[in-house]
Amino acid sequence: MPHVTLTRHLQRFFPTLVAGDVPGATVREVIDELERRHPGLASYIVNETGGLRRHVNVFVGDEPLRDREHLSDALADHDKIFILQALSGG
Amino acid sequence: MADQILLGTRKGTLILDRKGGRWTPRAIAHPGVSISYAASDPRDGTMWVAMDHAHWGPKLSRSKDEGRTWENLTQIAYPKGARFVEQHLPTPDENPAADRPTTYKQAALLKVWVLGFAGPDQPGTIHAGTLPGGLFTSDDGGDHWELNRSLWNHESRGGDLSAGEATSRNQWGGTPAAIAYGEFVPGIHSIIVDPRDSKHIIIGVSSAGVMETRDGGRTWSGCNRGMLNDYLPNPEAEWGHDPHFVTHCPAAPDRLWQQNHCGVFTSDDGARSWKRVSRPELGVHFGFPIVGDDHDPLTAWVVPAKADDERMSVDGGLFVARTRDGGSSWETFREGLPQQHAYDVVYRHALDARGDRVCFGSTTGNVYVSEDRGETWRCVGNHFPPVHSVRFA
Repeated sequence: MPHVTLTRHLQRFFPTLVAGDVPGATVREVIDELERRHPGLASYIVNETGGLRRHVNVFVGDEPLRDREHLSDALADHDKIFILQALSGG
Repeated sequence: MADQILLGTRKGTLILDRKGGRWTPRAIAHPGVSISYAASDPRDGTMWVAMDHAHWGPKLSRSKDEGRTWENLTQIAYPKGARFVEQHLPTPDENPAADRPTTYKQAALLKVWVLGFAGPDQPGTIHAGTLPGGLFTSDDGGDHWELNRSLWNHESRGGDLSAGEATSRNQWGGTPAAIAYGEFVPGIHSIIVDPRDSKHIIIGVSSAGVMETRDGGRTWSGCNRGMLNDYLPNPEAEWGHDPHFVTHCPAAPDRLWQQNHCGVFTSDDGARSWKRVSRPELGVHFGFPIVGDDHDPLTAWVVPAKADDERMSVDGGLFVARTRDGGSSWETFREGLPQQHAYDVVYRHALDARGDRVCFGSTTGNVYVSEDRGETWRCVGNHFPPVHSVRFA
């Protein structure tokens, strides 16, 4: 199962948010599962079109997300996903 | 008399309390978060804040206990299919006049720019003006929000684009205020709800002009007769105006005031017609904010800035101008305000008046209050973050 690490800054809004395993075959599915566990969280990462927010970065391993519009990047079982603030935003 | 002021700043929400004749700021709320607008709902005292997270997107926050605790709300969201005609910012590699096919873009919320509260005849109704140009309304105290479709689909925006191609010419230009978000889109920055009838709403759109509905948002029309547009070949064009802020006299709502890119304008017939009342020789012409007196329809205040090519205080000295005769003449007041090396600009929502009190805050983090209708000023603080909005609670 993919392992997700999120910037600690999101804990300000979701105090119970911790790194952990999150099921999903794509980054989109992982975000959907995070939203199920923490209602409202997805709106901090993606906008209402489903696209990644301009100043948020998602990495799969060391590679930045390729599909920022639909988050369709496929995940392998042991992938590590990082959801971070982009330097561009601040 | 209002004893609280809400400041929306680049780094959070500040509430100033007047105690013992002094204005004292509380500990900052929403620390580190850019606040585009903060205001109190006069019907029930709920404090509302439009947060403009650099990373996490625009969000609303409200407090029902006078700012002691805050609740973050579900995000306002554009519905699927809400498209708009794309516009292009002139850049070295982008010629806005070049022939190109009309393209469309699905809207996503960039900013909540202003909030407007309905009257007691519509309890729970709140309006939000946004980038990229949508007006949202909540009828349940802010828990759920809905895009006003008839305005979004107005013929001045190309008609109903969810169904296909534009059926009319898009007349709404982009606002420079959107450029920070990487887009060139319109925005709604002014919402005036008629105290006599909450179904009558006037909005200010950058860059299109003033529009109104008299049926609660079902139909909209432009209200720009008499407006002058110095940057178009036809200065009397129906659209393409750049109101910076539009407001009214609450006790005489047919008196409207508009600080526009092209001067100060007023209307005494409910926006059916406008008249320019600038006095450039006094420095009263360009600027962003304007506020009308609560009761006297002939009195208003502005904080002028030096023309659009500089956008800072005139000749390094900060002053406030007041008219008491409907714009026929203006008095300028400088006592208590810096007159040398002041480069402050006051944003469109950063001036307010209540009773004899007038307050403004600047991009330089200075906040000034007058308790004598703008004639003399006292500094409340010099080291606040850049101030985006000032509203008496």
